[in-house]
Amino acid sequence: MKMMKMWKSAALASAVAVLGGTAAMAGCGIEGGRVSIVGNEFPAIQTVAAGAMACAGDGVEVEANLTADHQKINVAGMQGNPAEYTSAIIANSSIVALINEDVIRPLDDLVAAHGQDIPKQQLITIDGKVMAVAFMANAQHLVYRKDILEQIGVEPPKTYEEFLEAAKMIREQGILPNPVGGAYAAGWNLAEEFVNMYIGHGGEFYKPGTAEVSINNEQGVATLNMLKALSEYMNPDFLTHDSNATSAEWEAGNVALMNMWGSRTGVLMDSEGSTPEVYENTAVGAPMTVAGGTIPASTLWWDGWTVAKNVSDADATATFIALKNGISPSILNDETMGQAVWMIEGYQPAPVNAGVFAAMEMGTKPYPMLPYQGLLHTALGDNLAEFLQGKESAEQALADVEAAYNAAAKEMGFLN
Amino acid sequence: MKHKTFLWFVLPSSLAMLLFIFFPLISILVQSVYVAHDQVIVTVENCGPFGCTETTMIDQGATEALRREQPLGRFAGVETYLDRGHLAVTEVGRAWDAAQGWRDFGARMLNLPFYKAIFFTLAYTFVVTPLTIVLGFMIAVAVNGAARAIRGPLIFFSLLPMIVTPLVGSLILFWMIDARGIIGSALQEIAGDPSLSVKASTPLMWIMLMVYGVWHASPFAFIVYYAGLQTVNKDTLESAMIDGATRWQRILYVVLPHLLPLTTFIALIQLMDNFRIFEPIVSFAASAHATSLSWAIYNDLGGETRQLSSAAATSVLTVLGVAILLSPVLVRTWRDFGRR
Repeated sequence: MKMMKMWKSAALASAVAVLGGTAAMAGCGIEGGRVSIVGNEFPAIQTVAAGAMACAGDGVEVEANLTADHQKINVAGMQGNPAEYTSAIIANSSIVALINEDVIRPLDDLVAAHGQDIPKQQLITIDGKVMAVAFMANAQHLVYRKDILEQIGVEPPKTYEEFLEAAKMIREQGILPNPVGGAYAAGWNLAEEFVNMYIGHGGEFYKPGTAEVSINNEQGVATLNMLKALSEYMNPDFLTHDSNATSAEWEAGNVALMNMWGSRTGVLMDSEGSTPEVYENTAVGAPMTVAGGTIPASTLWWDGWTVAKNVSDADATATFIALKNGISPSILNDETMGQAVWMIEGYQPAPVNAGVFAAMEMGTKPYPMLPYQGLLHTALGDNLAEFLQGKESAEQALADVEAAYNAAAKEMGFLN
Repeated sequence: MKHKTFLWFVLPSSLAMLLFIFFPLISILVQSVYVAHDQVIVTVENCGPFGCTETTMIDQGATEALRREQPLGRFAGVETYLDRGHLAVTEVGRAWDAAQGWRDFGARMLNLPFYKAIFFTLAYTFVVTPLTIVLGFMIAVAVNGAARAIRGPLIFFSLLPMIVTPLVGSLILFWMIDARGIIGSALQEIAGDPSLSVKASTPLMWIMLMVYGVWHASPFAFIVYYAGLQTVNKDTLESAMIDGATRWQRILYVVLPHLLPLTTFIALIQLMDNFRIFEPIVSFAASAHATSLSWAIYNDLGGETRQLSSAAATSVLTVLGVAILLSPVLVRTWRDFGRR
């Protein structure tokens, strides 16, 4: 179904491009080949995929499978020979799984032949080899309701401590019963919130230079206590709320403060799915710091594309050119401009993107790109809910995370 | 039936079973006793839009050589079965030594993922299976007693819960029990507690999952019983009526004994199905409150790093669990067969 939708929107996009007179030539100069993209599903990636699909025709096949479950299928879909997917659109966390399994190819020769004009800072270089081309930056940061903060007479919070105070005032003044939102769904989302907050507390995930986890410490406990303090101002269902559900809570006007992805703020500020009272008063701020730290309790992300290893050179070339077309300046228009912080020439920052820029300026740390970070993320996602439900102590929850990580890391050969 | 005819008759299904049941079983067995090679980690420079950092990665060259030598990975025997993610032998021993009384020991056990999952799985299986059978039987008797003209539509509506895909059915229920959904707000109204939330409370979530399980599975029991009801001997029923048996007595002494073999069949299928409970946990986003063995397998495979050996070990344990669960029923069937 999704594929069908993508086909349609690609057709639409190319039709629009033709009308606009800026049509890329059919085939984009590709001699022929198969392009098959797998990736996450949010507006910016849909735009890139549509841009790549504009290259279809003349013996060039382009299709895209965009789904929130992309990382469950991309490794399996690239391990075959030839691989089902010739490209995976990934982020700095999910590229690790592809590198671990050795399913993506170094792009140096393709960059040399077809991508001389891609700015060097967009090339993700690992051990001297270009492994991916980034096209957008992302981060979580403050999103707040201007009208409500004005009503209680406080400035947008810069720290989580101020954030809690504002939440308390909103609740006490009877404006909203549960003024804080957050993607705290047990699993990936909850783990991500822990990672943010733990970095904000200045914590280190591993003993230096090893894969041995060490989060059961002062910072770890402080992190959990802060997450719990925040959750007390949330809808009691918070452990089931992912980014989509949290956005819906925002659009319904139930929430006044939250830490949210930059890539999703565009949807919150447009006039669809909400009332003017909400979307006109939605504003973004910088990511917050915590416990007197200077590094924001957030992580920086890039999204980029890769090319599969197990495909013919012709398909790899076709994929490279099609995706390069997907991130060319021609994809930027009034609608797509605000979808993300694009790393594309001609991109003009919109107010919705201010949060991500602030995150970059404040020296937010990128999400760790370590081969075993995915295992820790899973262990965090599985073991923190019980603490937030008040069923066990912070120390016990962190000990459980460490034990779960150790078992998984042993199985995967990172520890012995 | 001649042996040869019989052989040809069952050949296609045997082949299918070999291909889709036996081989995959062998595959998970093999996978579960191997784990990944010791990874060769190298420190590299990683550059991107946010600058350059030192990071680590797997040395593909060195790993490639290891993989070529032993493509399945490192032989680990039952190591994976005994680790914390599964039977957790060491942790259980430690909990036993440290526990003060049974309650404390139970609490410590439920902190281990495998035992937490199996606790819910068994509770679900043993609550939902009998309720499904009872409810299915009641619907069947009711529909059978209804006027002929409305039976068709009645059967159709009774079957609906089974027709609806589990994922969709539970998602609809999930929205209805939301604090702002129709059932959720009704519950708040009844309890007089505006902060009551089904999704935030473990006991309520368990009840919700079980209610969903019964709702979804009773049409199956219903349709089997309904078919069985058509074969009840009319003469016996009539003679019971002449003897002055009430409707209740007729059901108890004539209908129920007649349907007993069907009950065994339904119990068998339902035990198997319920032990593999999975979709509702995903749809209800209930993993913070309840996990099952199937969910654990899904979770192992769904992370950014797939844990194939761990998932395979859980699969083998699930198969063993189903076998143990079904053994009383199977033994009974075997004995009945021998008696004839």
